[in-house]
Amino acid sequence: MSKDQNKEVALKNDGLSEDEKLYFSDARPRPYEPYSIKAVEDFANWARANSLWILAFGTGCCSIELRPLMTARFDISRFGVAGRPTPRQSSLFIIGGYVSVKTLKRIIRSYEQMQGPKFIIALGSCPANGGMYFDSYNTINQFDLYLPVDMYITGCMPRPEALLSSILELQEDIKAGNCDGANRYVNNLDWYKANQKKVIKNWDMPDYNW
Amino acid sequence: MISEAFTEWLPKVGYFSLTLLIVTFYGLLVGASIERIIAKVQGRIGIPYSQPFINIAKTFFKRTAVSHGIMFYLGPVFRIAGGIGTLAFIPVIYGSELFSNFSMAGDLFLVIYFMFFGQLGMALGAGESGHPYSAIGIARGLSQMTAYEVPFALAVISIVIQYDTLSITEIVAAQQGGWQNWTVITNWVATLAAMLAFLGMSGYSPFDIFLAPQEIPIGPPTEFHSAYLSFLQLNRALFGATKLVLFMNLFFGGATGWVELMIKTFLIYMVAIIVGVAFPRFRVDQGIRFFFKIPTLIGIMSIVYVQMVLTS
Amino acid sequence: MANELMNTMLNRLKTDFSVSDIIERKPALTTLKVARENAERLIRELRDREGFTHLSFITCIDYIEDGIFTLVYMLHNYDSNDTLGVEVDISRDNAEMTSIHTLWAQAWTYQRELREMFGINFPGSPRLEEDFCLEGWDDIPPMRREFDTKKYSSDQFGHREGRHSEQPREHMKVTLYPTRGGDE
Repeated sequence: MSKDQNKEVALKNDGLSEDEKLYFSDARPRPYEPYSIKAVEDFANWARANSLWILAFGTGCCSIELRPLMTARFDISRFGVAGRPTPRQSSLFIIGGYVSVKTLKRIIRSYEQMQGPKFIIALGSCPANGGMYFDSYNTINQFDLYLPVDMYITGCMPRPEALLSSILELQEDIKAGNCDGANRYVNNLDWYKANQKKVIKNWDMPDYNW
Repeated sequence: MISEAFTEWLPKVGYFSLTLLIVTFYGLLVGASIERIIAKVQGRIGIPYSQPFINIAKTFFKRTAVSHGIMFYLGPVFRIAGGIGTLAFIPVIYGSELFSNFSMAGDLFLVIYFMFFGQLGMALGAGESGHPYSAIGIARGLSQMTAYEVPFALAVISIVIQYDTLSITEIVAAQQGGWQNWTVITNWVATLAAMLAFLGMSGYSPFDIFLAPQEIPIGPPTEFHSAYLSFLQLNRALFGATKLVLFMNLFFGGATGWVELMIKTFLIYMVAIIVGVAFPRFRVDQGIRFFFKIPTLIGIMSIVYVQMVLTS
Repeated sequence: MANELMNTMLNRLKTDFSVSDIIERKPALTTLKVARENAERLIRELRDREGFTHLSFITCIDYIEDGIFTLVYMLHNYDSNDTLGVEVDISRDNAEMTSIHTLWAQAWTYQRELREMFGINFPGSPRLEEDFCLEGWDDIPPMRREFDTKKYSSDQFGHREGRHSEQPREHMKVTLYPTRGGDE
């Protein structure tokens, strides 16, 4: 643990009123360390890769590609992927399609409630470079200014085979121990928060949604 | 006293741990098999057989967790204590000294108490989490549990009168000697009431409103995650298998070997699954009303049946 | 509505409400222009006496060259399957129009949208000050034509380098089928 981590600065929570500040935590999140024994870490990564639980939150039009994945033709349950309705229990967030500013606030809120090693797949061209809506006043152009992305899939919209192959590639990445988007987010929290607050003008939630 | 502990109790605890492991493993495997069967019916391949184990490993190896207080932490502990406690007093293999657990006189009522205990502990834990959907799920789940306990309790009273004992081992002993002696043949009324209650217990359609994923996100376990969730997952497998073993002992003649146990419990589970895939979901008030009408009537009739026909 | 009935109605409207510019755009779609003072009276008359009881939508066209907004109220008659578009011109600065939420309850949604996207005020319409689609918007109403949406998007959200667009026609001609011989 470095010396900086010992004097953690609490978050300001400026968006909340004085009464609301009592209900929300202002602690800064900390990055998690991998297990010290390599065999345990490898086994844990193998378990995490083979049991990805997607948060059932379709953010844009690319989410329509998630439905054929779960049905009989492109069955994704054989790879251990299942959908969960609550962010507390899910580990993979698929950002499907364009992200409007209104949705971005809710995505941030859901992402910060997810636990432990968590991963983001950016589906479609819209999170990568704005896609079809690159000149819209309401949709963002570069998603990884706001949340860390582990895997991009381009296309408008990509077919379910592309999504399947990207999930397999994500599994290989997780087993190799390369997917630390969550730690990246926590280590650069101020930069991400500055980007988020630049576009989200009505920030009436705590700085970090525990 | 101390020597008694070493010679009598410690080996029993050791054997019980072995039973616990086998029953949990079996419960997880049965869950995976059922998922695969349902997938094949739907034309898919389905999850691998090892998937429930990987799920539990994954939730256990989560690196962060958020707690909501001491009761939130104790909720899954109570739940798995209820599961382990229920299994501790059910003799798993009849006639085997290794796998009789802590079965004793009067353990039938103790088992029924423990079945309720886990759900209550879970309710307290989920209530502490402060999630509104957890509260709705618990209200629905507990009211439904109260409803299906009525026919189940009546059926149990009926077989207690029939066999004149409160010990599960003796009930199993009375059913040995061929399939004609099973309770399902001799006291089919009580078995019918209990199997209808089993549909409510198994948490499948049409009585899965309290866990409904599209209505309220998962119901009571909404806010549980990381290691808390792995406890709940373990308990789901363990408690499911325990209920099946209990039903097998009470109504279907018990088992004298592990293979017989696995076959019988799998077939009992298939009853719930076959009803589950064919029916849509009841609302919670429809479910409660259902349990208070026909199954309760059948339960009362079973006590009358036992009094008039069997012991006259 | 049979042509004669429609024509009699339109002639009466011309004398009573001084409507102008009656254009038959399709066999069952006609538009007419009315002055701002007579608009609400005209719409009420159409709803109560002429059978145009359904409000399809209210929308707005921005004629920045002439300095006006043209509000279009699309009314539909279920008995004769006719649609009538009532166009009202209002000025672009301090745009205001009487609200018709007393005639149709659903009009307040359209009026909220116009308030947010164009800045047109409808005094008396419920919930006009609340955010409709855009939360925390602090610029000019975005559907006005002086709003440069591409510039706003680049300033606020940045621009990702390396973005490349393909024209399918060129791509096919040059890359996929170069020996085919061009436009056929």
